[in-house]
Parts: sequence; structure tokens; C-alpha cells
Amino acid sequence: MAVINKTGAPLQEAAAPVRRPSLPLASLLLGALAFAGMMISIWAIFLYAPTDAIEGLSQRIFYFHVPVAWLAMLSFVIVALGGAIYLWREDERWDWLALAAAEAGAIFTTLTLVTGSLWGRATWGTWWTWDARLTTSLILWFLYIAYLMLRSYLGKTSTSARAGAVLAILGVIDVPIIYESVNWWRTLHPAAEIGTPGALPPAVVLVLMLSLISFTLFYCVLLIQLYQLVRLQHLTSRLRARLQVVD
Amino acid sequence: MSTLSTLRLFCSQVLAILGKDIRYELRSKQTWLGMGLFALLVFVIFNFAFDLRVENRAAVAPGALWVAFVFASLLGLGRTIAAEREGGSLDRLLLCPVDRRAIYLAKLLGNLLFIGIVELVALPIFAALFSVPLFSGELFPIVLLGTLGVAIIGTLFSAMTAATRARELLLPLLVFPLIVPVVIAAVRATGALMITAPDEPPWLGLLAAFDVIFLSLALLTFSYVIEE
Repeated sequence: MAVINKTGAPLQEAAAPVRRPSLPLASLLLGALAFAGMMISIWAIFLYAPTDAIEGLSQRIFYFHVPVAWLAMLSFVIVALGGAIYLWREDERWDWLALAAAEAGAIFTTLTLVTGSLWGRATWGTWWTWDARLTTSLILWFLYIAYLMLRSYLGKTSTSARAGAVLAILGVIDVPIIYESVNWWRTLHPAAEIGTPGALPPAVVLVLMLSLISFTLFYCVLLIQLYQLVRLQHLTSRLRARLQVVD
Repeated sequence: MSTLSTLRLFCSQVLAILGKDIRYELRSKQTWLGMGLFALLVFVIFNFAFDLRVENRAAVAPGALWVAFVFASLLGLGRTIAAEREGGSLDRLLLCPVDRRAIYLAKLLGNLLFIGIVELVALPIFAALFSVPLFSGELFPIVLLGTLGVAIIGTLFSAMTAATRARELLLPLLVFPLIVPVVIAAVRATGALMITAPDEPPWLGLLAAFDVIFLSLALLTFSYVIEE
């Protein structure tokens, strides 16, 4: 048919520079590792780790909360680094990485707020307090949402990529400042107990490390998938734009 | 070209763009009248929302003042680049052989000037309406540095949001999270004028530090935001 001929030719032409997807072996292996790690972590968190004498069962939320919070922060650093390298090199793959990390980070920040709130309700008796870490996590969440909204309003353009990069760079420098200024304002969060020897029993440290590694592996799998998705979205929209030009 | 003559050229560029913006604002009178009335309305709403009395005045008044200032500032800040874009003059401004940082500094100074005028009018009215002893000489550096912090971030992001359909919605979403340190420091410094609390950090110095950090970041990144 004429329609197929008309649209078929530019499609093939545009598809040529795009590599044919081979079997993603590394991705599959990483996925398998992450899955195994998560299963072992869940077993260790609920069955192996000792129950806390004071906080009781709710202390087990800690093994989810800490890795998720770590990945939420790591993600924002990746967004800012990807953005900065994009501004420097003008290679759009860095922007795709930044966008993928922002999507993953938004999810992990939401999980941080939810798990933290649940733990706070069980331990402090309140869902929320305006202490430095909680407030900073909330601001981080707002920054992720603002980033994603800005990117979606500006569309898949280089203007959008540059604006996102600038927002992320400002954000990554601002977040520690926000943390400090809220700290000067007031604070209540339990201080980090990992560094001081004897503060935590070895079993707890072991389970926490296991859970940190598994969650990070899972994050890597998620980031790779999101990166591929963002990349395909950009390539598709480019193809579509070319088709309209041909029509 | 020597450093001094480059600097002189840069300053003349900043002043030229600033002069253009001031003339435009004086003729249209849209932005600053709107901002001023908006700030007054926020005071009125706050009066009903918190029922300011002698007991709670010291706790609520600095917050009310800064909420009014920040909200009113954002109204004006949103117009910065959008007005240029609507008039079709943004492309011409960008085509001029002018340093992008000069454009940013001129826009920032213009915003600071107009927000400053609005605040100068709003402050005595605020002091009279709520009978707070706020209209003192010590308040001026706090208001100046706090407004500068809001304007630095707001001017930078107004360039980003001007290109979008929903700039009135998007600008506060981008600006509010980032200006949290400025708002905390400004409110605390204002509050310290009313009741002196012990062991307060040097909020005014911190405010100046935040402004310096934000200004250097904005000058570094503005050229990426404005280019088409």
C-alpha cells in the first residue's frame, strides 16, 4: 500500500544508526544477583536479625529505610553529575542517565518518606517532625518532582535537558545547605550509629550491609531499565518528528 | 582589551539593560502595582488566619511578613523573561553582542529594585497594621539580603519557565524548595529583632553567605538556561 511505502522508507533509514539489541546478558545477570540478594535480605531482616530490646519489631523498618534513603541521595548526585557532564560534553546520553536517575530517585525518596514515617509513628509516636533529616528528605522529594515536571513541560528538547541540569546542580549544592540550616533551626533524628564501635550488635551491622548491597544492586537494575526506556522514548519521538516532516 | 575597560563595558551593558527595564516598568506600571497590592492582601489574610494579638505577635509577625514578601516577589519574578518573550524582544536581546551574565545581572538588579520599592511601601503599613516595632534601621540589611536571595534564584528560574505553558505554576515549584535556607535565615533574623534569644547562629552573616553561593552558581549557569 502507498501508506506503508510512504512511512516505511524513512523508518528504516532512521533505524539504521540504532544498534540492534543483543541479548542483555550483563543486565540479566545483574537482575538475577539483585533478586537473590533481595530474597536473602528479606529472610535476614525478618528471621535472622535480632529483635530490638527497646523499639521491638518496628526497628526492622530500619533495614529498609537506610538503603532506600541512601539510594535517594545517591540518585540526586547522579542526576546532578549527569547534568553537569551533559552541559560540559553536550552528549545527550548523559542527559538520559540524569533523567532515568531522577525517575528512580523520586520513587526511592517517596519510599524513604513512607518508611521513615511508619518508623516514626511506632517509635516517636508521631508521623512527622520538622527535624533536619526529615525536612531535607521532603525538600529533596519536592526537587525531584519539580525536576520531572520541568522536564515534562519543556518536552524532549535540549532546552529541557539544560534547564534540568541547572536545576539539579543548584539542588545538589543546596541540599546540604538546607540540611545545615534546618539543623540550626531545630533537630530530633537519631544520630548515625554505624561509626562508633559497640553501638550496634554485629548481626545488625551484617544484615544492614547485606540489605544495603542488595538494594543498591536492585537500584542498578532499575536504573539500566529506566535509561533504556528514556533512550527509546527520545529515539521514538525523533523518528515520529521525521515521519511528520516526510508526510 | 585590558581588564578595566572590559569591566567598564560590562557595567555599561548592565546599566543599559537595567535602564530599559526601568523605563518599561515606569510606563506600564503593571508589575510593581500588582506586587504591592498583593503583599497588602496577604497581610489582611494573615490577620484573619492567625488573629494576631499581643501574645502571639512576636511569633507570627516575622513569618507573615516574609510570606507576603516571597509570594509578592514571585509574581514580579515570573514576568522577568516572560515579558521579553511575549514582546518578541528576547531574541533581539540575545542577538546583541552582550555577555549573558550582563543580561542576568541587569534583570536581577531590576527585580531587586522593584521588589525593594514594594517592600519599602509595605513595611510601614505592616508595622502600623500589626503594631509591631519592626520599622527599624536594623531591618533593612535583613530585608535587602533576604530579597536578594529570593531574586537570585527567581531570576534564574524565570528564564527556564518562560518557555513553558504553565510558568505561573512551575516557577514557585522550582523556587520554593531552593530558597528554604534564605527563608529560614530571614525569618529568624527578623524574629531576633523582636525578641532576643540566646545561642542564635549569626543569621545575617549566613544570609549573606547563601546569597554569595547562589549568585555565583546563577552567574555560572545562566548562559545555559537562556540559550535557544
